Parts: sequence; C-alpha cells; structure tokens
Amino acid sequence: MIDMKKLTVSASPHQKSADTTTGIMLDVIIALAPAGIAAVLVFGLRALAVILVSVASCVLAEFLSRKAMKKENTISDLSAVVTGLLLAYNLPSNLPFWEVVLGAVIAIVVIKQMFGGIGQNFINPALGARVILMSAFPSRMSAGAFAGLNKSGWDVDALTGATPMGLVGLDGVKEGAPTLSELFFGNVSGCMGEVSAAALLIGGIYLMVRRVISPILPVTYIATVAIFCTFAQGFDMYAVAYELLGGGLFLGAIFMATDYTTSPITKKGKLIAGIFCGVVTCVIRLWGSLPEGVSFSIILMNVFVPYFEDWTAPTPFGMIKEKKAKKSKEKEEAKA
Amino acid sequence: MASLNIAGVQKPAAKGHGGAHVKHHKNTSALPVVRMPIPASVTIPLSQHIGAPNEAQVKVGDEVKVGQVIGSTDAFVSAPVHATVSGTVKAIKPVKIVNGNMVNAVVIESDGEMALSEDVKPPVIESKQDFLNAVRASGLVGLGGAGFPTHVKLAFKEDAGVDTLIINAAECEPYITVDHREMLDRPEDILNGVKAAVKWLGFQNAYIGIEDNKPDAFQSLLDTMEANEEFKDLVKLICLPSSYPQGAEKVLIYSATGRKVPPGKLPSDVGCVVMNVQSASFLGRYLKTGKPLVSRSLTVDGGAVADPKNVRAPLGTMYSEIVEYCGGFKEEPYKVLAGGPMMGIATPDINVPLLKNNNAITCLAKSAVKVKPTRSCIRCGRCVDSCPMCLEPTLIEKKAHLKDVDGLNKASVMNCMECGSCAFACPSGRPLVQYMRLGKAIVREAGAKK
Repeated sequence: MIDMKKLTVSASPHQKSADTTTGIMLDVIIALAPAGIAAVLVFGLRALAVILVSVASCVLAEFLSRKAMKKENTISDLSAVVTGLLLAYNLPSNLPFWEVVLGAVIAIVVIKQMFGGIGQNFINPALGARVILMSAFPSRMSAGAFAGLNKSGWDVDALTGATPMGLVGLDGVKEGAPTLSELFFGNVSGCMGEVSAAALLIGGIYLMVRRVISPILPVTYIATVAIFCTFAQGFDMYAVAYELLGGGLFLGAIFMATDYTTSPITKKGKLIAGIFCGVVTCVIRLWGSLPEGVSFSIILMNVFVPYFEDWTAPTPFGMIKEKKAKKSKEKEEAKA
Repeated sequence: MASLNIAGVQKPAAKGHGGAHVKHHKNTSALPVVRMPIPASVTIPLSQHIGAPNEAQVKVGDEVKVGQVIGSTDAFVSAPVHATVSGTVKAIKPVKIVNGNMVNAVVIESDGEMALSEDVKPPVIESKQDFLNAVRASGLVGLGGAGFPTHVKLAFKEDAGVDTLIINAAECEPYITVDHREMLDRPEDILNGVKAAVKWLGFQNAYIGIEDNKPDAFQSLLDTMEANEEFKDLVKLICLPSSYPQGAEKVLIYSATGRKVPPGKLPSDVGCVVMNVQSASFLGRYLKTGKPLVSRSLTVDGGAVADPKNVRAPLGTMYSEIVEYCGGFKEEPYKVLAGGPMMGIATPDINVPLLKNNNAITCLAKSAVKVKPTRSCIRCGRCVDSCPMCLEPTLIEKKAHLKDVDGLNKASVMNCMECGSCAFACPSGRPLVQYMRLGKAIVREAGAKK
C-alpha cells in the first residue's frame, strides 16, 4: 500500500505546458546569435569582446543586485543574458569597455531591478541604457566603427564614421552611402547588432516559428515605416529601402519592441504599438535632429503601454459592449 | 488534425477563442468498459453535488435492495440517492469525500446478491411533468463532472424559447475515454435518451458534439441512425476541433450553434440545454428499465496505474478498491485526481467513495507531472491568448492581489470557468486558477457585505 501522506494536493490544472521563462529566453538568445555572428564578421574580434563584456556584466549586475536586496536570485531565467546581448548590439564595437559595463549596470540595476526585476520594468532595459549612454557620450555612441577597415582593430580611436542613417534624409540618399546589398548583408558601419538585416530577419523568423513572439508588432512597425517613408520620400523607393535596411529598424522591431514586459499584451494593442513606433521613428528620422529614431520611438511606446492595453482590453465572451447594446436597443425600439 | 470528412457530420458553427494544446493521452479508448466485482461494502454520501443534501430514508440495520431510495429531500434542487448494492445498512455517519469535505453517508454491507428492489420498474410517462418527475426519481445528475441535477436543468419554462438540445461528447480532458466508449458500445441508449428528451421537452434541434479525434464514434452513431427508422434525422453530429476546453458548456454551445451565453447567464437564456453523453445514455436505459443511477463508468488511468481500464463500478465504491481492481499502482502516485488533469480535484486520501459525477480517477505519476518553478509574470500574454472566455488572467491576478473589487468586476472575473488553460500555458508557472478563485471570492465577499 502506498504512503498516503505523500499525495500532493493542489489546485487544477495538474498538467502544464512545456514553455518556461528560461526556455523562452534561450530561444531569444538563439535568435540573436546570427546577428552576433554577423557583427563579429563585420567588426572583428573587438565586437566579440564587447558582447562578452556586456553579457558578463549584466549577469553579474543582476546577481549582485538581487543579493544586495536579499531577494531570490533570478540569473537562471537567462533574462540578464538577453539584456546583455541586446545592449551590446546597441553599441558601436569600439566603445571603451568601462562604458559598456556602465551601460550594463544602468540597464540591470537602475532600469530593471530598481523597478522590481523581471516583468516589472516599464521601459526596455537595453534601450534605456543605450539612450542614457547616448546622452552621456554622444560622439562615441553615434559614430560606428567603419566596417572592414579595422577588422583587427582593438584601437578605439581607429577610423570612425557616421551611421548610414546620417546619409539619408528628406532629400534622398546622399553620396558615399553604402549600397542596399551592403545594408542587407551587413557591410556597413553602425551599432553592432543592426549591421545585417538578413541575420536579424533569420532570428525574427525563428522566434515567430517557435511562437515566442507574435508577428503583429514587428510587421506593423516595419510596414508603417515603409508606407510613411514612401509618401514622405515622394515614392523614391531607393530611399525607402534605405530607411528600412539602414539603422536599427529591424533590430528594434524584431527584438526590442516585442519585449514582453514593455509591449502591449493584447493583439490590438500590439497593432497600435507597431503603428505608433513606425510613425514616431519616421518623424524623428525625417524631421528631427537625430539621425536615428528607433530607440526613442520604442521607449515612448513602452511608456504608453498601459494606455494601449486599457483601450484594447478584450471583450469577455458573450459580453455585449454598452455602445452596441444601446444601438441594438434603439433599433428594436425603432422597429416597434 | 484536419477536420473529418464523414457524410452526415456537420462542421462547427463558430470557432472559439484560445484554448490549450493539451496532450490527449487517450490510452484506454480501445478498452470496453468492464464491470467491477461487487465490493464488500459501499459508502454512499447523501449529498454528492450542488443542491440540498438528502435526508437518510433508512436506519442502521435495515435490509436494502439495489435501486431502493436511501436518501431524499423535498427541496427542488436535489436528486435522490439509491442503494447501489443489496445488503444491510451498517452505519450512517459523516465520511470524507474527494474534495476533503465531510458529509453524511450510508454504509451498506453487501450480501453479494445484487437483488433488485421491487420499486424498480419502467416509469409510465404521459406528460412533460411525468418525464421530469421520472428524471428526478432516477437520481440523474450531470455525469460529465459538474453533477448538477438534470431534472432542474430540463425544467425550463415553456415560453423561455429553449429550442436546442446539445449532447456533450467532446470529452476534451486528457486520459478520459468513457464518453468515447459509451458512443461505441451503447449508441442506441444515447439515441433513445435524446429521443425521449426531444419528444417530451419539444426541442427543435438536437446536436451531438464530438471532437474530431474520435472518428469511430461518429461512425458508430451514424450506423445506428442508419439502421433504425426511429432515429432518422433525430440528431445532427457536429465535428468539433480536438482542443481543450471544447467540452466546456459555453464553448460547446458556441461551437454548435454560434450562440454566445452572456456572463452570468445560463444556456437556457440562449435557448440551449446541454447534457453529457453518459447522462443521455443513462436516460435512455432508465426509461426502458426503470433502474436508477446506481453505478457509473469511469476511466482509471494517469500513468501511475498498473492496468489502466474503463470500469463500471457501483456508486459508493472506495477509490482504493477501484484502483486495486486496476492492478494497483505501478509507481508511487504523485497526485490522485477525481476527474481529468485539467479540472480534476486532487484528493488527499484514496479512501473516498465514488460519487455520481466522478468520470475518472487519474493517478498521475511523479514523472508525468511537470512542476514549473513559480517565477514573476513576464507579461508574455500566453494566458490572454489562451482564455476561451477572452479574459486577461494576468490582470485579474494583479487585481486579486490588490483586493480591488471594482477592478475585478471590470476584468469580468466572474466569467472565468476555471478551465485552467491560462495556468497550463503560463511559462512562469503561476497558479492562475487559484488567483481566479481568490478574485471571485473577493467579489462575492464584497457583494455579501452590501
């Protein structure tokens, strides 16, 4: 006979899906790998060093801050690794290491843990850190290392140049800009993660196939930018393609805007957020003084998330909305 | 699975939202129901479900026969209980039932004869009221799990516009296969039950909703309808997608008719009555033989049982004896459930009696139960995507934490049917169903204070 004291009693359901937080984060890490490989191929080993420093300092920052707050440690959920990767992908490969570490501390300690840890931060930690670094060190942050010229380059002051987004404006693409195929396959200057649209796309498709992210937000975001620019650029499709492939649009749309914690939970909310990000990105890029608008548009969207969710709360099954109920009542009365 | 293409089978009228991709584990679907040997004694609780408890109609020392009423009450929302074996009443005492409550029960020591009571004779029915009285006298309650007295459900007003009878044969819970077996082994009883309900209650439409993972069940019913002139055009079979919780009442009504039951309303408010397929089958048999509800079929499976079976056992048989009949445990059970793994109740003790509404004993092995560490919500939205009632479980959890009554009402917490799809999907292992229950309790408490 079995020992009855060992029967477990708990609330239903007694079966669970295979999804876990750690598994989801691992999927994101896998999806980010192609872009990381592209970055190392384009920028050389310095890029790998930045990635490693960023990931290591994010994990360490998470570990130490949880320890200091005397809370259960959460590094095993791998979310700090994802933040570390995303932060690195948002930095130029020749950024001094101490600035990378500073960014990691801002992302993990200030933006994530001080607001309650995983699931509680109101803006994307990696993007928040990027924006703070950009304000603190504008010249180094906005200049990407020139690809191909300093592959061996550990020299921080080696040749640097502007991101390709500085070369496209309302008057079309300027001379000296890289070609579209260079943008797609990743032979350009810029932040490490955004150099290859192809690598980002592979990662994005992987996440959608694994159902980690819904395609709604990235697709509407990119489509909004495409449509907006088509009109703003007067149907100059070359410039439109440039807007799409250059800069951080793919990285932002696929990996940053879809961050669970800081994007709307509802389908309609995701749609609105995608359009919102697209419009803000284009406005900043085309009329603002900054060459790039992806980071700010996503952070602005993050702040609006509670409103987007409130507006798009799903109607419970069988519930008739008040407006509709009124209308149908009026109709019935009119009939009678 | 692609939808089945069997002539005479309808597609669902509408597709519901969400649900969970639960593994079916229908290991016992090829095993016909076997009758268990008569137990030495049975323990029959006088209150087995929602409604007024019955009062004992027998005394200690009385001789009873199978089908004799041993507990009844005058209250409307109730159903009588009958002796399930013949023998001597040994005790009337409080016993623990599966949900941990103590209720009064009649203990009968069997004489092994299974002698039928003289009261058992086919009911004479000449009117709708006769029919409803007979259903009450049969002791029938919803056999699918809810256990709501059937005669109450059927006693809708004639001007209520109830025109549709839906037989629930979705059987969406993993492991359980007794509904499936009922359709394979007793299709005539099912159709007889439906026919009687249609005749006396005047339904215009009758449907049987079956998930598409049971193609032979469709065939069995179609063949029976083909072979008997009296069953021609009696019911329409609906092929439902095999996704959990297809058998939930509101989901089934929506799939079968496209009608949505509003929050706080009953199926009869949209003109529907839903009955479990075993209830219909029992009704068909009862009207012929007059033998009340004294035994039932159930699936005994779940991985930890040595010899999984579909068993027919007298009501009041101890779980421990039923499990013993199925070869006992082959490995230590982690949880023993009354019902399936999605909505079943975990029992603290296997020395509890079989009730009318227990459609399965699921004994989960430790290896089969995935225990996820409970982590913080990452707002992935899987609970929102999976909710068949279109709620936001993560939001309700937060409101329940805050004891925010207005917020809970706005989030429509009372609309939750506790199907468990959200907690199943949650990657952070949060006990969402518990929070839904907490939220409901908070709302009820606030309502009682007013």
